[in-house]
This record gives sequence, structure tokens and C-alpha cells, in this order.
Amino acid sequence: MDLAREFGKGIWRENAVFRLLLGLCPALAVTTSAENGLGMGLATTFVLLCSNIVVSCLRKLIPAKVRIPSFIVIIASFVTVVQLLMEAYVYDLYKALGIFIPLIVVNCLILGRAEAFASKQTTLPSIIDGLGMGLGFTLALFVLGGVREIFGSGALLGFSLFGAGYQPFLLMILPPGAFIALGLLLAGMNRLDARKE
Amino acid sequence: MSSQLYLSSSPHVYAGDRTEQIMRGVIYALLPACGVAVYFFGLPALVTLALATFGCVGFEAACQKAMKQPVTVKDGSAALTGILLALNLPPNAPWWLTLLGAFVAIVISKQIYGGLGYNPFNPALVARVVLLISFPVQMTRWTAPAPLFSGIDAVSTATPLGQAKESVMLTGSLPSSMQGGMGDFLLGNMAGCLGEVSALALLLGGAYLLVRRIITWHIPVAYLGSTVVLAGIFWLVDGSRYPDPLFHLLTGGLMLGALFMATDMVTSPITGRGQIVYGIGCGILTVLIRLFGGYPEGVSFAILLMNAATPLIDRYTQPTKFGYVETKA
Repeated sequence: MDLAREFGKGIWRENAVFRLLLGLCPALAVTTSAENGLGMGLATTFVLLCSNIVVSCLRKLIPAKVRIPSFIVIIASFVTVVQLLMEAYVYDLYKALGIFIPLIVVNCLILGRAEAFASKQTTLPSIIDGLGMGLGFTLALFVLGGVREIFGSGALLGFSLFGAGYQPFLLMILPPGAFIALGLLLAGMNRLDARKE
Repeated sequence: MSSQLYLSSSPHVYAGDRTEQIMRGVIYALLPACGVAVYFFGLPALVTLALATFGCVGFEAACQKAMKQPVTVKDGSAALTGILLALNLPPNAPWWLTLLGAFVAIVISKQIYGGLGYNPFNPALVARVVLLISFPVQMTRWTAPAPLFSGIDAVSTATPLGQAKESVMLTGSLPSSMQGGMGDFLLGNMAGCLGEVSALALLLGGAYLLVRRIITWHIPVAYLGSTVVLAGIFWLVDGSRYPDPLFHLLTGGLMLGALFMATDMVTSPITGRGQIVYGIGCGILTVLIRLFGGYPEGVSFAILLMNAATPLIDRYTQPTKFGYVETKA
């Protein structure tokens, strides 16, 4: 098994948001700024990594018939850990992400990797897979949040870019802007891929 | 006489209408409204009109070139979108607002969907709503009309609908005295978007469209009729809180919407029956948004929502095939 390949696929070739269109609910809802996207991505990466490890360790103990509830219980435990940690150490981000932190439990990316990868592989590839997929997700959310923040607030990571005269394009940080930005980014990626071939 | 037998699918009778002719007809029909806008709001109105039109045509050409498709700006549809967009902007719209609107209308809501005929939503209205949501300050900076050559500087003021809404919000009843009377509203002597001001000029253009048979009566009549009926019911219930139907009819973008925007061939239902359903839906939504919504004006939102319902309406109003007999199941 080529570990580098397993890691790289999550970043670009099978990127959760831009290629598989998985985990769109947080990807669209919280990416009003690059910081929120980054925070959400890292929280998801942590849960994904931990759940991949535990699921791959326990894969021979979990009966096939109840595997989905078992995965959910494992994922929910780590989400609770993340939620309490964020509430304790990054309270502002915790407030900004709101309901979408507990909703990481039902992120299809995490459940998808548990079902499709971790429950069939040994621990080491599962760690690599979780890291790659998680970082790819984080990258996607960061880019999406960055694009929306640049246009919608005229800033990136909180730093003003265009000076006081800039009129923010408010739509981009409102819900429709998420769909428009994601659609245009997808078009751009398809274009890049088409050019490579 | 030719001995060859030609086989072709319907339609066999061809009216000779072409896209260019229809678009040109609609543009002619909009000229009175444009004239009134320039008369009341002066040079800024002319600049906005020109900028939006050339912006739309330019973006269309650039976009089609970039997407390696035949450039079809000569059909006039982009120019028409530009004029409609300008008529949906406030008189003193800054240049970047107009150009951004042209970009959203042509690139985002038309070319990305596949160009003319494939856009599910009216491009000019999408642009207006995008701008309204994104730049509420610039999009609602109204000026009182200052007729050409009168030497008056622009005075900022509220639209009649805005005044009514604010008064109802604050005091629970309509303002005791409105600026201007029904005559002013009819001619266009009030604050508003370029194309919202003169109901008379728009009716003139609408009549031309009807005579040329570019539009049919179904949508405008259903739209305006349902607005009057619903607004009338509210007015009869509580006349101190809800404005009378004539006020609804003559202010805001209702005339422009009912005659020129809702009747867009691409985004409205095909059959007469479907168009009536669509028009009534537009009317009900407009009145509800005006009376109970967060915005003072609801025409653009109402039409866009009904644009979204158009495929569904078309599906349920399919005419029966000729000679088709319904079989009992």
C-alpha cells in the first residue's frame, strides 16, 4: 500500500468538498470567514483522525449488522471531546461555529471514511487516510471561507485588504454566496483538471 | 413543381419571428420609460442606462469568447437585459454598482446556465436582487425627481412604498400625508428606481408589446388583477394600515415587473392557463411581501420565486394532445 498516495488523494483527487461533495452542510454554512473555515476543518480533522483509529482497531469486534450505530457512537464521543475542548480554549470560535460543532457527528465525510476505509484497513493506513482527508477538507473550507471573506468583508483572516473605501459585497457572506462561491470554485477546479489531461 | 417530398417535424407554420425582432420590439417598448427616467433624473439616469447596456453587451461578448462559443450579442438580448437592469437601479447608482450588476446578470445568471433560453431566472432581476441584498445603502439611496433643465440639485427622499412601510412599522398606520398624489405616481413624478417611476410610460410600452403580439394579456392581467384584488381586500379591512389598491398599482416596480419582467419568454410558463397561475402567484407574493415582508417592495422577489415555480406550472398545465381521449383507469 502506497501511503503517500493514500495521503495525497484526500487533498486533491478525492477532496471531500471539491470532488466528492461530501460534508457540504458545514462547508457551506460556517465558511463566512477563512478563520471559521479553518477552525471547522481542524475540528473535523481531529474527529476524523480519532474515529478512523478507533474504528480500524475495533473493526474485527464490531458486528456487521450494528456497525453504523457503533461508528456513530465512536464519532459522537470524539465530537463531544472537541466541543468541550473548544469551549474551554477557543471560546470565540466555539460561539461562531455554534450548532455546527455538535453536527460534526453527522458529517458524511467522517461516517463515509469509517465505513469505506477504516473498517476495512489496518490502523496505519487509516491514520494516513484520516489525516489526508481531514486536511483536504480543512483546505477546502479555508479556501471557500477565504474567497467569501475577501469579497464579502474585504478582509482575509481579519486583516483589511482594500482600505476603507471598499464596499463589501455582502451577498458573499450570506447563504447564497456560499453556493455561488462553491460553484465557481468547482468550475475552476474542473477547468484545471481538464487542462492537465 | 418539385418532385421531392420533404418530411419535417412540427412546427410547420412559421410566423417569421426571430430573436432579434422580438428583442428589438421590447427595447422599443421600453423607450418611453427610459425617456421619462432621463427627463426626471437627468444625466445620471442616462449614464446608468448607457453603462448597464454596454456593460451587459460587453460581458456577454467576453464571456462567450472565453467559453469558446459563438458570440451572439447581435440578437439584442444582452442589450435588453442591460436596459431592464438600469431601469431597476436607483438614479444615482455608482458606476461600479451598475457594472457589477451587468456582470451578475450576464455571467452568473445567464451564460453559466447556458446562455439565452436556458436561464431559469430573469437575469436583470437576479442582478437587482443580488445588488439589493449586498449593497442596501447604495440601492436605496433615492433622490427626488429633479426634471431636466429645472436647475434643482438632487434631493434625497424616500419612495412612496418606503414611506408607507416605515410609517406602518413605527406608528402602526399609514402616513397622514404622502408626497405627491396619484397623478404624480401615474406620470412618474416620485422617487424610485429609474423604471419604477412612470406607470403611464410603461403602460404605453406594454400596449405596444400587446399590439405587436410579443406578449399576451395573460400574465399582466393576472398579475395586476390579483394584486388589486388582494390589496383591495386588505384595504377594505383596515384602510388606515393598508394602502389602497391604486397606490399599490402605481408605485414601486409593479408596472415594470408585470409588463416587462414577468413576461420574459424564457422564464415564464408556456400556456395561457399556466401564465394565469403564474401571474396570480406573482400578485399574491408581491402584496404579501409589500405588506408583511421586511422589504418595502416585493415585485422582484415575487417574480423570481414564480420563475422558480415555472417548470412545475408548465408540467401541470400541459395541454391535452389533439384527439386525445382520456381513458378511465
